[in-house]
Amino acid sequence: MRRKIAPYLLILPGGLWLVIFLVVPLVFMASVSTQEGDVVNGFVQTFHLANFTDALVEYKTQFLRSAGYGLAGTLLTIALAYPVAYWIAFKGGARKSTYLLLVLLPFFVSFVLRTVSWKFLLADDGILLQPLKDLGLVPAGFHVLQTTVAVVGGLTYNYLPFMILPIYVALERVDPRVVEASYDLYSTARDSFTKIVLPLSLPGVFAGVLMTFVPMTSDYVNASILGGPSNTMIGNIIQTEYLVNNDYPAGAALSFTLMAAMLIGIFVYAKALGTENVLEAAAR
Amino acid sequence: MTEIQAGEEAASAAASDISPVPAIELDGVVKEYLAHGEVVQAVKGVSLSITEGEFFSMLGPSGCGKTTTMRMIAGFEDPTRGTVRLHGQDVTDVPPNKRDVNMVFQSYALFPHMNVWENVAFGLRRKRVPDEEIKRRVGEMLEIVDLTGREKRRPREMSGGQQQRVALARALVNNPRALLLDEPLGALDLKLRQQMQIELKRIQREVGITFVYVTHDQNEALTMSDRIAVMNDGLVEQLAGPREIYERPASKFVAGFIGTSNLLSGTAEDVHDGTAIIKVGDRDRVLVPVAEGTLQGGAVEVTVRPEKIRISHEEPASDVSAVRGTVAEVVYLGTYNSYAVNLAGGAEFTVFEQNARDSSITAERGDSVWLSWQPQHSYAIGS
Repeated sequence: MRRKIAPYLLILPGGLWLVIFLVVPLVFMASVSTQEGDVVNGFVQTFHLANFTDALVEYKTQFLRSAGYGLAGTLLTIALAYPVAYWIAFKGGARKSTYLLLVLLPFFVSFVLRTVSWKFLLADDGILLQPLKDLGLVPAGFHVLQTTVAVVGGLTYNYLPFMILPIYVALERVDPRVVEASYDLYSTARDSFTKIVLPLSLPGVFAGVLMTFVPMTSDYVNASILGGPSNTMIGNIIQTEYLVNNDYPAGAALSFTLMAAMLIGIFVYAKALGTENVLEAAAR
Repeated sequence: MTEIQAGEEAASAAASDISPVPAIELDGVVKEYLAHGEVVQAVKGVSLSITEGEFFSMLGPSGCGKTTTMRMIAGFEDPTRGTVRLHGQDVTDVPPNKRDVNMVFQSYALFPHMNVWENVAFGLRRKRVPDEEIKRRVGEMLEIVDLTGREKRRPREMSGGQQQRVALARALVNNPRALLLDEPLGALDLKLRQQMQIELKRIQREVGITFVYVTHDQNEALTMSDRIAVMNDGLVEQLAGPREIYERPASKFVAGFIGTSNLLSGTAEDVHDGTAIIKVGDRDRVLVPVAEGTLQGGAVEVTVRPEKIRISHEEPASDVSAVRGTVAEVVYLGTYNSYAVNLAGGAEFTVFEQNARDSSITAERGDSVWLSWQPQHSYAIGS
């Protein structure tokens, strides 16, 4: 009897935590998302599903922009992270853990603080742009802040470690003898990479995409600090609906729409690019 | 290839019935590497030549340099000094993907993301062999290793023995000038290993390719090889056929490493007519055949295999070697009995007695016995 109960007792604290702080608010938000009213007179449950369609129609641009930024940021992190992970895994030697620590070092500083310091770096008259302007290398009106480049750049910077780590883990698990076998079987360095190392590390890329695309798409810090009015992401809209407009039903409806879109997106992604299929495609 | 080399090749090809170009030649090969700031010699100067079509084994304990030597033949390690030649051609600086040898790795190193067919076709595809030919050759090879019908399986869906055969097929399909096998049966259980030994030998005969086989298992080496290089501490201790290695070990190390061996220390008293009389302990004398002029007296060690020794209560005839001892242990092992005998001189001997006719044992624990053997079954090792 005791033996049967023990496993459940073990998940009880964590389970309770999740129920109280995740499930309860979710249910509460789901209820709010179909209510009507305002913050002064109170909200009433009317099962007003139009909240969803209204939100979607009104903020279609921001939804699409968020997805676009997320996609661009994810592709950029892959391009930047893969060589770093490859280098640490295969050329890191005895100092691998030091390099990994360096990758993780930025996490010791708050996310917001790091983004704010980017704002200083990239300011119109900041330490980077001012000298260039003085030298006449860029026009006086040139700016980086408040552009798509700044927001996507910030997103890429902030989520880079989340891509490096899973790719590193996948590369680290590639058996060096398998790579040797490819050379033994007449592979050039390029064949060995494209036919063996890359396909075997794709599960790492796959995991990295999940860990970066989702938070990037729902991010609002980078857009609000580094971006301008034309870079607003859906996260910023949700924040505004809740904290500025006090339109809780609209905020809740947007949140749920975003969540649903993400879940569907991940599901489709996993289906279409199931690790197994990815590997099969690469073996050709 | 230079003109001179080509000329030499032609010349040696013409004289091939006398001295064919060896498939593989190692010439004074040394491998050093740095470990904790110190130079370590993994291979201390190995020279050997492997004949075309030979089943050649490199046998030795772990750390003896056998795997490093093989990896230098494959091209995965660069020799610090010395030359590696394949079919007379110096390949010391040729990378592995340009060498006409293929390797079967210790843990198979199959490509986990490819099925059996893709694994086997990998080398041919890299060599841009036409698709039709790839299909034919992969099909034939899978038939040889008895894997027809399993083309679509992934390595992890197969048993160890099957993976082993895929690894073999993947290397052999390329028709290499030599096949290098690095402890290929190490991961298999005993029964499967014995089965695969026979299988490997059959495949080797069938394809007629030179096999270079690295193992620490003496039985494996003795069963399959045409010749064996017994390695120890970065050097070849003895290079000979299995029978000679077993019957006439060239050094104490070889005698101890191959099979069970009994060692007897004594003093040479007299040498005549190719036979030395060795005094052992206070009372016993044994006879040992020696080449003329190799033994001039002094300390000497004699080895004799346990199955060559007869155990008896009566004193044997005077024309055989005989020593006295006390039985310390008797172990019944089914097909034979094993005796541990403490000799009067202090040495401990192992004696195997076949259970040929009845299962009765000749001596009990504590018995005083005579151990005797034909002098030609023992060998003197200069220490």
